[in-house]
Amino acid sequence: MSEPKIVLEAKGVTKQFPGVLANDNVDFDLRKGEIHALLGENGAGKSTLMNLIYGLHHPDKGEIFVNGKHIAIHSPNDSIAAGIGMVHQHFMLIPVFTVAENVMLGDETTKRGSLDRVAVAAKINKISKQYGLDVDANALVGPLPVGIQQRVEIVKTLYRNAEIVILDEPTAVLTPQEAEDLFRIMRDLTARGVSIIFITHKLKEVLAVADRITVMRAGRVINTVKPSETDSAQLANMMVGRQVILTVNKKDHEAAEEILKVEGLSVRDQRDLETVHNVSFTVRGGEVLGIAGVQGNGQTELSEALTGLRSPTSGKVTIGGKDLTGKPPRIITEAGLAHIPEDRQRHGLVLSYTVADNMALCDYYQIPFSVRGVIQPKALDENSRKLISAYDVRTPSPFVNAGKLSGGNQQKVIVARELSRGNVKLVVANQPTRGLDVGSIEYIHSEIIKMRDRGVAVLLISAELDEIMALSDRIAVMYRGQIVAIVDSKKTTREQLGLWMAGAHVEPA
Amino acid sequence: MQTEKQSISLTKKILQAISDASLIPFLAILTAVVLGGIIIYFVGGNPLLAYRGLLEGAFGSTKALSETAVWATPYIFAGLAVALAFKGGLFNIGAEGQLAVGAVFSALIGYALPEWLGFDLPTIIHLPLAILVGMLMGGLWAGIVGWLKAYTGGHEVINTIMMNYIALNTTSFLLNGIMKDRSPTNVIARTPLIAESARMPAIFDGLRVHWGFILALLVAFFIWWLLNKTTLGFEIRTVGLNPDAAQYAGINVKRTIILTMALSGMLAGLAGSIEVTGLNYRHELGFSIGYGYDAIAIALLGKSHPLGIVLAAFLFAAMRNGASRMQFLTQLPVDLISMIQALILLFVAADAIIRYIYRIKAKGERVVLTRGWGG
Ligand SMILES: Nc1ncnc2c1ncn2[C@@H]1O[C@H](COP(=O)(O)OP(=O)(O)OP(=O)(O)O)[C@@H](O)[C@H]1O
Ligand SMILES: [Mg+2]
Repeated sequence: MSEPKIVLEAKGVTKQFPGVLANDNVDFDLRKGEIHALLGENGAGKSTLMNLIYGLHHPDKGEIFVNGKHIAIHSPNDSIAAGIGMVHQHFMLIPVFTVAENVMLGDETTKRGSLDRVAVAAKINKISKQYGLDVDANALVGPLPVGIQQRVEIVKTLYRNAEIVILDEPTAVLTPQEAEDLFRIMRDLTARGVSIIFITHKLKEVLAVADRITVMRAGRVINTVKPSETDSAQLANMMVGRQVILTVNKKDHEAAEEILKVEGLSVRDQRDLETVHNVSFTVRGGEVLGIAGVQGNGQTELSEALTGLRSPTSGKVTIGGKDLTGKPPRIITEAGLAHIPEDRQRHGLVLSYTVADNMALCDYYQIPFSVRGVIQPKALDENSRKLISAYDVRTPSPFVNAGKLSGGNQQKVIVARELSRGNVKLVVANQPTRGLDVGSIEYIHSEIIKMRDRGVAVLLISAELDEIMALSDRIAVMYRGQIVAIVDSKKTTREQLGLWMAGAHVEPA
Repeated sequence: MQTEKQSISLTKKILQAISDASLIPFLAILTAVVLGGIIIYFVGGNPLLAYRGLLEGAFGSTKALSETAVWATPYIFAGLAVALAFKGGLFNIGAEGQLAVGAVFSALIGYALPEWLGFDLPTIIHLPLAILVGMLMGGLWAGIVGWLKAYTGGHEVINTIMMNYIALNTTSFLLNGIMKDRSPTNVIARTPLIAESARMPAIFDGLRVHWGFILALLVAFFIWWLLNKTTLGFEIRTVGLNPDAAQYAGINVKRTIILTMALSGMLAGLAGSIEVTGLNYRHELGFSIGYGYDAIAIALLGKSHPLGIVLAAFLFAAMRNGASRMQFLTQLPVDLISMIQALILLFVAADAIIRYIYRIKAKGERVVLTRGWGG
């Protein structure tokens, strides 16, 4: 059988941002009905390439062809007209609108001058059924889980008759189950002739679903391969340009005295539902306690209550012997907390501040960053240069706004800031490596282990079972707001953890 | 050599930033002036003569310059008040009321304090005290709104408007009642003249421009320094840009909201105090109609940057001050000036129109609607 025809082709695409050559003479093509995965380090230029194809940025050089025809893309309107749809790393939905209203936004169907919601809803439900998307056209978008919101974005592209769908890191926010569902949907789509560009950092996913894999590094395409001809180690090597150790090396731990002690903690979320019930555990200096669990089982509220972002309804939190229950973040931070928050753009960064300012976001008021109420730009500058090089943050300078960095590099700014602060006794790391490339994950894992070996207590909350298994000394499983099991990580298996996470009542082996 | 290269690119960047920031306001002004000219032409005036009159009236003589500076003074203070609140993520529509509160209290200290004490005070004490009390009362007035926002979630736009009504009606009550100028010839709602010791001297003999103008420029610089160079400014801006991140960073968000609003009110109060101590030597009902509202326009036009605000305040002052000369030369109604001001604002606020006319691409961050995954 001959190769399917090429539906999308980028030739010699180049894009220069101030201080960064984000795309350097990139050639890329997509065949009809294939899933083409795009891999690369943080800041390699993947999102940029997609934004160029979608018309959000304009290439300095190069051309884009759809179905063999050269097209000039000035804005997303042009790319949508050419049959291209994109689901961004950031969703672009309006929470107070229904699914149907969101979908028709910008392409409103009207009947005698007013919106024809009925016709739109019917079309959405048809698309939803056809591709097994299971989206209700009349539901409000705000309360929908992320996984469903993402499907709304997919519906939006299909509604506009997209034949080429770009998915930029769609699985970063999904639970493993939601990711499986997404892969099924992607296969359904390709079976019906839709072609997909799929960006991810998870090598396993790439090997499982992609038909072809293109690897980018520093703005250039390194290679395009078939999954059958490669493996994780080789892909990692191509991405980073060196050998990556995909497993974590850690010595046996000598846990010291208790640092974090949580007793009978209950927390309510913003809808006033109790999402953490009567949780108790301890973390000792020199150990990593991993909290495993499907997202949405109370992990967010638990970490917010521990870090002062939310007041618990009952229970007690002590850090280093000090009762810090319900205290504000400043007090807890000064008692020795480092917190890598779950939502980096909401809590972790001020996007329109420079990298240098963001790297001092929690101790800007202390010497050397402030002296008698006056900010010391020099100290901010020195601090950020040190952290940028230590954590390999890809940024043209410390004075670039954090919002201009690639997603993974934004995460690195936060991790660098938190792990480097003096007097840290406890690290609460919530999804610390979400959206990071394998090389950066390797580095951050080794930093977390270094903290542990220095006698710091680490509470690791992660949706990645692999990450939990690799880093933790003990593992607690959270299910429906309760800790259903705490086990030694050496004495358990993925399968057993999986059962607990699904709510099964099993005794530890 | 590394640092030299960096400093060159830094100055280049700063120049670039300035031209980026002022491009839209500049084009908005230009477009409004052209449109205004067309309108003047159609109502039967001579646009060139009209604009000549405007310029002459605003800058044509030492007296004209002095009067422009006199107009600009309250505009600068009140514009800074609105801008500071903007930086802290708050919309202070209440500058008008805070200004009245400041003026009333400065006037009271100015005329009544010596009576209460039974002896005269030296200027060095009386004048600063009059200004300080007016400023602090303006801050207190706005601080109440900040407190309501922080602790009850009451929206500052609604509450500052309500506080405006209270302030303006109370002022009217006081100026017609216990604070009224009791001199036999007076029929107007105004306070007695303040004591000589509470008056700010003029800078030059024979011109009305007073030291309050210099103070306004110094305060503009101070606010720039406060916002950009101090720990407190960092906190105000962080709360304004991302309150969730501010909370995470350990900033006391509630306290910062109250403080920002109070500081904003202090600046608006200063506008009133300085008008009383520097220019009118009393508070009179209706002297300030609209300063507080023009201030919102000035803050927008100046992009909430203190330097931008000084420039925008001058533009507004020049238009107000030049209007009568324009009218004299062309017999056009002064209302045309208000219309041109309104056009400028319209174009600044709806900058999409300007971008469209001049084909400028939007820069900067896209709007985040729901939160997906950053990158
Ligand atoms: N709007 C922008 N302005 C300036 N620089 C930018 C802008 N967008 C991206 N960059 C820079 O371009 C480079 C490529 O960024 P891009 O977002 O394409 O990376 P990515 O491969 O998607 O990375 P990640 O995996 O972290 O999402 C980065 O160095 C980034 O700092
Ligand atoms: Mg990206």
